[in-house]
Amino acid sequence: MAKKIRILLAKPGLDGHDRGAKVLARCFRDAGFEVIYTGCHNTPEQIVNAAIQEDVDMVGLSCLSGAHTYLYPEVVKQLRDRGVTDIPVVGGGIIPDRDMQPLYDAGLKALFTPGATLDSIVDWINTNIAAKE
Amino acid sequence: MEELGKRALTGDIRAVSRLIRNIEDQVPNTHEAIKHIFPFTGRAHVVGITGAPGAGKSTLTDQLICSIRAQNKTVGVMAVDPSSPFTGGALLGDRIRMLRHADDPGVFVRSLATRGAMGGLSKAVGDGIHVLDVMGKDVIIVETVGVGQQEVDIINHAHTVLVVLVPGMGDEVQAIKAGLMEVADIFIINKADREGARKLYKETLSMMDMGKFPSGWRPPIVMVESNMEPHTFAKSVDELYEKIQEHYAFLKDRNLLQERAQLKVQTEINDALRSAILEPVLNKLIESGEFDEMVQKLLKKETDPYTLADEVAAKYLVK
Ligand code: B12
Ligand SMILES: Nc1nc2c(ncn2[C@@H]2O[C@H](COP(=O)(O)OP(=O)(O)O)[C@@H](O)[C@H]2O)c(=O)[nH]1
Ligand SMILES: [Mg+2]
Repeated sequence: MAKKIRILLAKPGLDGHDRGAKVLARCFRDAGFEVIYTGCHNTPEQIVNAAIQEDVDMVGLSCLSGAHTYLYPEVVKQLRDRGVTDIPVVGGGIIPDRDMQPLYDAGLKALFTPGATLDSIVDWINTNIAAKE
Repeated sequence: MEELGKRALTGDIRAVSRLIRNIEDQVPNTHEAIKHIFPFTGRAHVVGITGAPGAGKSTLTDQLICSIRAQNKTVGVMAVDPSSPFTGGALLGDRIRMLRHADDPGVFVRSLATRGAMGGLSKAVGDGIHVLDVMGKDVIIVETVGVGQQEVDIINHAHTVLVVLVPGMGDEVQAIKAGLMEVADIFIINKADREGARKLYKETLSMMDMGKFPSGWRPPIVMVESNMEPHTFAKSVDELYEKIQEHYAFLKDRNLLQERAQLKVQTEINDALRSAILEPVLNKLIESGEFDEMVQKLLKKETDPYTLADEVAAKYLVK
């Protein structure tokens, strides 16, 4: 058996800040994960369909424009609507403190903001995400 | 596991993607699911697309999906990108070009990493094709990594192989000489906006004039317009799809489909024997520590690889 952690990394909405997402995509590859990067301007529907077709272990969302309050919970909700409860959703970007708790309440598993080290992110994934059976 | 196979047969998307996942991860008993679906395979037209990285394979695949969907046929895609030999990780970036099809239930796209396999594909491609086939996809497109000239495994899996060439890559035509010639069913000159496209077309054409085509199929050379001109691009890819269908019809008419199928079946028997015979023996040797002992013996020149292999065969293979 040769299990690998597979991650979908996507930028929902109209935000064009893709530097962080690209840095993460490379960082994930270097950490030994398989990362499917779908770039900017993804709709929540596209993200959910991709997550299902790719059978990933985690969905990572990156948004720096402020639209996370709507887009992140929407992805979680649509996954649940499709009966998918075993794919955790993790987010990052410019997320003010006041938005944190509501996002966790909406089902986000973890949130990372500027300054989070790449090591801490990889550690979190290695600890909390297991390649699935 | 057989259950997963049954669900895949009904087109259940989660079952299909999990099954492909298990094939990739080599989860024990996945073969049970394949046994279950195997009798129902062989319906789909499998199209391979190969060519250097950056040649535009994914962009073409995206447009080809449009041409195929316009005829109301369903599409499955397997796009392979390389795993890092250092970390085992992989950056799979083909899907980014096919995003617009993400919401179309008639399209299923799966990204695969090579996971150390040579030959431009992932080991999971062979069985993955079966899964997409039995889920009911009419056309299956397999995009290879596209690194080198040795990358010809695709011929074992596809009915129709597209080789994508782009101008300005110098040794392209050399590459054709070196082996892609035998693999290609259709040549594509891509990125027509780039300087040298016509020249490359002419060069490829004169290469073809020197070729021999025992099957009777002379691979056509299709010029695909720049993807930056959406209208002409779409039109030329429609024409490409016509050629692809012509090739498939040709194979059917001449009973050559069987020949292609034979290549796949041979590969499959090889792989299945390997996993049924060689792998369990190797695993036992590794678990028992015998493998390490053998390595040490060889290092000290106490024996040779062939004697060792004979000993292992005598011990594990019942004649
Ligand atoms: C570089 C930059 C740009 C570049 C972007 C280049 C590019 N292709 O990415 C350019 C100049 C184009 C740009 C444009 C704009 N920008 Co700008 N930009 C920045 C800046 C300075 C840095 C962003 C960056 O690249 N950081 C480096 C990366 C590595 O960090 P990161 O993305 O935050 O990722 C880290 C974490 O957040 C986390 N993370 C992020 N995503 C994810 C996902 C997962 C799954 C995980 C686990 C972790 C994670 O991990 C990373 C490592 O720590 C920020 C300010 C800032 N300090 O953040 C403003 C900023 C984001 N921009 C801003 C704005 C307003 C704009 C513009 C609208 C400006 C304008 N009026 O034109 C435009 C809009 C562009 C667009 N199309 O969307 C604002 C956003 C305000 C807000 N959200 O309320 C910011 C915050 C500046 C500010 N303080 O006002 N920008
Ligand atoms: N100039 C030009 N660029 C193209 C064309 N088709 C694709 N590309 C670009 O070539 C790059 C690689 O394309 P991609 O489809 O990912 O190539 P692949 O690696 O072969 O799958 C992308 O930046 C595309 O936008 C074309 O017709 N003309
Ligand atoms: Mg590609």
